[in-house]
Amino acid sequence: MTDLTRLSLKALRDGLARKEFTALEATDAYLAAIDAGNGKLNAYVAVTADKARDMAKASDERIGKGEARPLEGVPLGVKDLFATEGVHTQAASRILEGFKPEYESSVTSNLWRDGAVMLGKLNMDEFAMGSSNESSFYGPVINPWRGESGEDLVPGGSSGGSAAAVSAWLCAGATATDTGGSIRQPAAFTGTVGIKPTYGRCSRWGIIAYASSLDQAGPLARTVEDSAIMLKSMSGFDPKDSTSADLQVPDFAAAVERGVKGLTIGVPREYRIEGMPAEIERLWQQGLEWLKAEGATVRDISLPHTNYALPAYYVVSPAEASSNLARYDGVRYGLRVSGKDITDMYEMTRAEGFGREVKRRVMIGTYVLSAGYYDAYYVQAQKVRTLIKKDFEDAFNAGVDAILTPATPSAAFRIADEEMKVDLVKMYLNDIFTVTVNMAGLPGIAVPAGKDGQGLPLGLQLIGKPFDEETLFAAGRVIEKSAALDLAPAQWW
Amino acid sequence: MSVDADTVRRIARLARIRVTEDEVAAYEGELNAILGFVEQLGEVDVEGVEPMTSVAPMQLRRREDAVTDGGYAEKIVANAPLSEDNFFMVPKVVE
Repeated sequence: MTDLTRLSLKALRDGLARKEFTALEATDAYLAAIDAGNGKLNAYVAVTADKARDMAKASDERIGKGEARPLEGVPLGVKDLFATEGVHTQAASRILEGFKPEYESSVTSNLWRDGAVMLGKLNMDEFAMGSSNESSFYGPVINPWRGESGEDLVPGGSSGGSAAAVSAWLCAGATATDTGGSIRQPAAFTGTVGIKPTYGRCSRWGIIAYASSLDQAGPLARTVEDSAIMLKSMSGFDPKDSTSADLQVPDFAAAVERGVKGLTIGVPREYRIEGMPAEIERLWQQGLEWLKAEGATVRDISLPHTNYALPAYYVVSPAEASSNLARYDGVRYGLRVSGKDITDMYEMTRAEGFGREVKRRVMIGTYVLSAGYYDAYYVQAQKVRTLIKKDFEDAFNAGVDAILTPATPSAAFRIADEEMKVDLVKMYLNDIFTVTVNMAGLPGIAVPAGKDGQGLPLGLQLIGKPFDEETLFAAGRVIEKSAALDLAPAQWW
Repeated sequence: MSVDADTVRRIARLARIRVTEDEVAAYEGELNAILGFVEQLGEVDVEGVEPMTSVAPMQLRRREDAVTDGGYAEKIVANAPLSEDNFFMVPKVVE
């Protein structure tokens, strides 16, 4: 029998519907793959085998009765940031030690409503703060891809567990979240497809908050079509999220083969950053050629405030984080470290419960919001954010349908990279091409488009108009099809 | 603008995070690196620009002012490190 874990989500779903195999067989195949590989990859922080088998059996019953739903029997992984009822939910942080929510996030509820099966919870950077998955309390995730030296590489972050699990066939698809690039950068590092939809497309209810004005959920999957199928189920209006968009969710999968004929693709000159590796530049040019060959027009554009997006992000996101993370005080959930009085208890709990990167960001946020600095940092950053958004609006108003950029400035780097460790800003620069999209609330997709000199995957990013994810799926598919890459990492785990 | 050791201690206190003296120096360097990086925002001409309050052009929805949820105190305290009779237990706050 074929290895069910190697099928695309679409092929798996269709095979289940045709009763070529059962949901329980597919789930067992994934559980066996997790059992065999997770010790080395560290992608899952909790595996819910019993729950998965129960859900799979229920799916088999529905398929038997001819009542299959859009994701019936498809085994998925869930980022540890999503609240899952009665199941480990800690944002990969010690401060939420033992937390098992009494409720289910809206996005995961939507997936279970559509018949998906939960395999477990996926590792991530603590509270989604990071670009390498090294800030997790549960230790780093290892990228299934390796370069020539065979050294361990990071899978990117913060959705590193999601990306590694999808790439290494430990789930058919995974939920992820993206605040500054946390879906798209790991997708690029692992040869997977990741889309951050428009702000408001997926409900944030039940997702542990990092920076609420930037956080969006989205899928990580092995193909553009798979990501379109998953996003359709994850999306939708939710009265429990005051910023949820009350809009119809299109049939994203129907847009995948639409092509790019007649579209105008913008190429922002400000993304041609100093010191960009030649192979990234070549990849970008190649992507434009592919789109042109399929009938798109390419146009140079300017997004003049691009350089200020990352600094503005490092004011706005820590500010919102310092406020959102104030709730972890040792009283209502998670870790409590006792002290001589209540303030002592708060301070000790937060000192021991949060990791270093989280503490750093909470402190930066506290500083930029403090009396005397609020206008100079926070208000200034929010004004710059208005200008960043206007740059994109001007480009779209001038007739651009989507924008093509590199997804990341490099391929995956080493675990415990020395340069990144000594230079915080260098680590932050990983998000230089992705963060503008969050600042402007736009949709962005990362699609594998090539490989570097060592055979590591590289991605391109497409940025779209608000609520026009369909164009991104169509254009992303053209890149996927033109690149025709072998995206199976050599199995060492 | 840059922070000194006293400012680090003050921020840590405001953030309710205990820092040791060894950590103060490390945080001072790290926070200054980040603040140095964001300093460039000051170059941008923001004359007449409104600060962003909502990334999507939308009005916040309102709902009827009615009780729509509740009645399960035991679920609310289910994850508390310490609770009694559906109350959260904390060290004595008022003498």
